[in-house]
Amino acid sequence: MIFIGSGVRIQGITINLLNQPMTINSHSFPAVEFKSSTFSVPVLSLASNDLILIEQLLNDKVKLAPEFFRHSPVVVDLSEVNKKQLILDFENLVTVIRRTGLFVIGIRSGNDAQQAQAIELSIPINTAPTSESRETKTDSQTKPITAPTDDDFIVNDSTTVTITKPIRSGQRIYSHGDLIILAQVGAGAEILAEGNIHVYGSLRGRALAGVQGNTEARIFCSDLQAELISIAGNYKISDDIHGAVANTPVQIYLQKNTLVVKPII
Amino acid sequence: MARIIVVTSGKGGVGKTTTSAAISMGLAKKGHKTVVIDFDVGLRNLDLIMGCERRVVYDIINVINGEAALNQALIRDKNCNLLSILPASQTRNKDALTQDGVEKILEELSKEFKYIVCDSPAGIETGAHLAMYFADDAFVVTNPEVSSVRDSDRMLGILASKSRRAERGEEPIKEYLLLSRYSPERVKSGEMLSLNDVQEILSLHLLGVIPESKSVLTSSNAGTPVILDEKSDAGQAYADIVARYLGENKPQRFIEDKTGFFRKLFGGR
Repeated sequence: MIFIGSGVRIQGITINLLNQPMTINSHSFPAVEFKSSTFSVPVLSLASNDLILIEQLLNDKVKLAPEFFRHSPVVVDLSEVNKKQLILDFENLVTVIRRTGLFVIGIRSGNDAQQAQAIELSIPINTAPTSESRETKTDSQTKPITAPTDDDFIVNDSTTVTITKPIRSGQRIYSHGDLIILAQVGAGAEILAEGNIHVYGSLRGRALAGVQGNTEARIFCSDLQAELISIAGNYKISDDIHGAVANTPVQIYLQKNTLVVKPII
Repeated sequence: MARIIVVTSGKGGVGKTTTSAAISMGLAKKGHKTVVIDFDVGLRNLDLIMGCERRVVYDIINVINGEAALNQALIRDKNCNLLSILPASQTRNKDALTQDGVEKILEELSKEFKYIVCDSPAGIETGAHLAMYFADDAFVVTNPEVSSVRDSDRMLGILASKSRRAERGEEPIKEYLLLSRYSPERVKSGEMLSLNDVQEILSLHLLGVIPESKSVLTSSNAGTPVILDEKSDAGQAYADIVARYLGENKPQRFIEDKTGFFRKLFGGR
């Protein structure tokens, strides 16, 4: 019903306001300066116009990672709602989203009425980029996050990514929630998840869980040969992983800022 | 429609060109009209191994630039008239290859040939990318050593994500493993990765093992694809590989230590 993903990057603008007195140097240090900058912002995709349901689902989501969602900016995508031709009380929707702690900083794919309402509420309108034009414009190698589009990637719910084919050296997989891999992860590959990571083949590459700071995230794998393991920025390299746990089924979690590697009993 | 096969590895010197020459000859010998294309612009070798270097007049870059017709650039092999060679240019670099140009050439060749074998250059840059981009099947040539296996793994990742089939969301490229320069004796003494070690890392469908063999070098120097040397073990290995690719059921050979086999046979140690 609700999908949060940060598939969209917003071209933002930084305005520098320097309260220096106007001097001869003012040409080199302007009081106002426009700079182009890129942000990664979560997109809230709605498929229902039931505000009570939306609030309930949003609250459930926020409870999962309260720190992450507190005062988080969000762009509301209305394409699904409009596709289904549902009537949406946009003004109340914004109030509901605000109540859950999120800030609406833009809408996407709204119809004329919704866009007018948005402007009235001082919410900017973002044009929805077509996925095709984005693909050709950005070199996929420089893209920081590779969005899995292949058939081999099954998306169970809004955030969990499941992969059934081997992850090869040089590949990078990112999940906004949990990441489940039913094959091996090759040396030189990198898997990142904001939530937990499960690997049911050999884990030879780098595995980073809780990359957005979730210290509760864990890594589970059936054969630990990793080059690097990390949870919420605390990491160990293969040399630090002691012999007894290598090549065995283990779970890795964080205890008092220290990574603990324990066999799964 | 022709089947486009890319022979690739990532790492250099593992036997891509030897393999391209051998399997294209093997396919032609089996009665399939085949063309082999050298994508290694600037470092062309295929014509040497095929023994046609003196007959190169026009090359793939001339065709892409419209300076020659495709038929002018194609060289008919002297051993088998079903096999043609499209040589690379020695005087240009790989940036002279363009995606549109390659696509046009492959489209035109598809009308006439049953199999198109693309001999990829080493690395993962333009030449290698264009060699694999339009492929239907990939022969991943790997030596039993760690850096080659790592590079092959990387190449498999690229095949799965950057090919035309991947971009169009079609059925992915069929990937096959060719383990070359394999020496069971050296595996036994721990100097080389075993087939199992390699398979554990790559988990690919094994098309065949090509044993380390003097005949490969001899054939290359003589300018005849090693598959024509039917007495050599490498030649037989390539013949098996072609047969397996075409769907014949041939048991895997050259994996076991030969001396070990005879020892077993005669009960010695």
